[in-house]
Amino acid sequence: MSSIIQVKHLSKEFGDIKAVNDLSFEVPAGQVYGFLGQNGAGKSTTIRMLLTLITPTAGSIEIFGMDLHHHRKEILRQTGAMIEKPDLYKYLTALENLRIFALMSGIKVTEKILMDQLAMVGLAERAKSKVKTFSQGMKQRLGIAVALVHDPKLIILDEPTNGLDPQGIADIRKLILHLSGDLGKTLVVSSHLLGEMELIADNMLIIDRGRKVVEGKKEALLNPEKVQVEIITDDKERALAVLKETAWRKNMVSSANGTVLLEISKADIPELNRELTEKGINIFSLRPKHTLEDFFLSLTKN
Amino acid sequence: MLQLLNIELYKIFKRPRTFIAFGVIAAIIFLIQIALKFGGEEYVGMMMSGLNSTFDAPADQVMNGYFVCFIILNLLLIHVPILVALVAGDMISGEANMGTLRLLVSKPVSRTQLLLVKFTAACIYTFLLLIWVAVLSLFLSMLLFGTNQLFVARGEEVNIISASDILWRYVAAFAFATVGLITVAALSFMLSAFADNSIGPIVATVCVIIVFTILTQMQIPFYDNTIKPYLFTTHMLGWKGFFYVKGEEGVTIERSIGNLPAIIRSGLILTGYAALFLFTAIWYFKRKNILS
Amino acid sequence: MVRILLNAFIFFLPAITHGQAAEELVLKVKEKFDKVNDYEAKGKMKMNVTFIKAPVATVKVYYKKPDKLKINNESGISLVPKGSINISIANIIANAAECDIIDAGKEEKTQWRVVKLLPRNEAADIVLSTLYIDEQLLLIRKTRTTTKENGTYELEMTYGKYAEYGLADKVIFSFNTKDYKLPKGVTFDYDDGTKKEESKDKLKNKKGKVEISYSSYAINKGVPDSIFK
Repeated sequence: MSSIIQVKHLSKEFGDIKAVNDLSFEVPAGQVYGFLGQNGAGKSTTIRMLLTLITPTAGSIEIFGMDLHHHRKEILRQTGAMIEKPDLYKYLTALENLRIFALMSGIKVTEKILMDQLAMVGLAERAKSKVKTFSQGMKQRLGIAVALVHDPKLIILDEPTNGLDPQGIADIRKLILHLSGDLGKTLVVSSHLLGEMELIADNMLIIDRGRKVVEGKKEALLNPEKVQVEIITDDKERALAVLKETAWRKNMVSSANGTVLLEISKADIPELNRELTEKGINIFSLRPKHTLEDFFLSLTKN
Repeated sequence: MLQLLNIELYKIFKRPRTFIAFGVIAAIIFLIQIALKFGGEEYVGMMMSGLNSTFDAPADQVMNGYFVCFIILNLLLIHVPILVALVAGDMISGEANMGTLRLLVSKPVSRTQLLLVKFTAACIYTFLLLIWVAVLSLFLSMLLFGTNQLFVARGEEVNIISASDILWRYVAAFAFATVGLITVAALSFMLSAFADNSIGPIVATVCVIIVFTILTQMQIPFYDNTIKPYLFTTHMLGWKGFFYVKGEEGVTIERSIGNLPAIIRSGLILTGYAALFLFTAIWYFKRKNILS
Repeated sequence: MVRILLNAFIFFLPAITHGQAAEELVLKVKEKFDKVNDYEAKGKMKMNVTFIKAPVATVKVYYKKPDKLKINNESGISLVPKGSINISIANIIANAAECDIIDAGKEEKTQWRVVKLLPRNEAADIVLSTLYIDEQLLLIRKTRTTTKENGTYELEMTYGKYAEYGLADKVIFSFNTKDYKLPKGVTFDYDDGTKKEESKDKLKNKKGKVEISYSSYAINKGVPDSIFK
């Protein structure tokens, strides 16, 4: 599978602050690429560098196989983006906003294209309303329409579900899956709602303090070689004593609130179970902690 | 490029704020016209105070449409820059403030192109504003006050110009004023490129104009020869040069301009400043990280 | 003061004996002028004052006995030197009866009779008028009038086809002007680099000139009083 985006050793410094530090990653074509990180991790700076809003201090960006610096226009013509809040001209209508950005993307605009686009995001009836009368969710949808109106191959959405209600979030999720699954678009989506990311992303990049923490397929990230296993027993003290006597002690992560946490490979779970049972410890639960959130937090905790 | 210009003009003229300037100008001009209609002769008396000791000067003849327009321009061309700044100072920083700048800059349009188009749009706005001033201050005044010779009171001289010799001078004066205001627009535009909110550049432009105008009007020899020749506000008064005539034995020479080279020089200095401001704006903006 | 000096000067002057002849001469001139009850004249007015540049004006001048005079600018703004109306020949002559008339001999070059008129009324603005009279043609060629308020005025006349009525084809009116200056805060001047050359003669009295060239007179056709308002 070819890469749509290739980022190599990308860095951005603002004075003494290294917002992005030697970041390299690749975004495969036709997939949803999840971009994860806490606030201030460097997500936004990276996305802005992909859109030429910020000039990198070092490193290179290739999109569609072209150097971004030298082929800016060709690349941006095929790129649609919604960056942070979907701010638009409040004193103009939805249709007027959409027309302006469609024209700026260099496409021939017809009323039909614009109205279809608005219909796709469920704003057809409000086409002639001024944006200042829109709710946050409506603005968000219009922002997505603006990103999509010129039919780009690459779509970059920065926090697209920010400030939406559960229904809105579900709608956006459906739209993203439709764009990638049915229309074959490549999407880069950043979000702090990791649960959402779990549902839509094919590949993920997790960054922290400007550095890459991990990158890979979602399944691989969610089913890593080593997992953290939470053991709940009838007697925590005894269980701990037993574990400390055995080779498992080097896998111990923590023990608190009646539970013990071990980091082991998945294949070793039955063996752990057997050994504890043989030592007469009654096990209530032996559960791998595998949610993305736990994983993410464990990675970025330090 | 034309498409982009259309978009910028569309954005400017869809904003209610844009028309505030047109409204303000209309209001100021009407107020001046009303005041002059009912109390103009006193004002003329003041303008002619230097003459009254030697001449019987008929205030009713002096007070005519051309004269009213001259007074309006005299008063207004100090304040129109503020209205120009209102739009030009908002061209870039306003977009940053609204959050639309990041969308614009991530479109397949070069930043230089974007700025050139925006500046052109600001210039067109300025030009339309002046046309509006011209229509109200000149043509409406001609209608309300009639026409006669134009009496121009200068510091140490009085110029009287034939009625048939005036209109072309106004055309030239408005053209010159356009250059002056475009310089203001360029200054405001440059400050707008530096900032991320619209108030800053507008206020800064107004402050610069106020300070420079004070320096221009101050009669301090030290500034006269050092700073004054370099202030663009000094040269913005150049439109008046078209109403300073040459004379032969006290008789106005028709179609003459007192010192055309000086006006051309002022025009070139203003154009130079405008170009400097614009290039600085582009130079800076091309390197600017869009964080808004 | 001037008045006293002049009186003293005149009192001791032998020329006073010619007073009678001068009075007659003025009367003859007046008679000639009396043929005109009123007139409406067309002309061009040109002004030459250091601080004024104005176009040549097309004017109409109206006169009615005994001393009404009005200059109307047909084409623009008529700046008329203050007091000039009262300095017209008609006015001077009309008032001659209230003056002491003194013969001051002949001007050498032109052989014009020089006659001085001293108003008896001390409150009058005019302190002294000097007339230069062509005795052959009975025409006033030149006058010089000193006033209390507005300095000295001079009138110079050139006669042509209306000489029989004592009306000039061309009148040059010279007067004193004061300095003209407006505060820059009022005018917001554009400094176009033109330097004023007045610095050297700033202390001198400046002369202004108004020249009216008449093209036609309509004499005794009647002029309504309303024009002079």
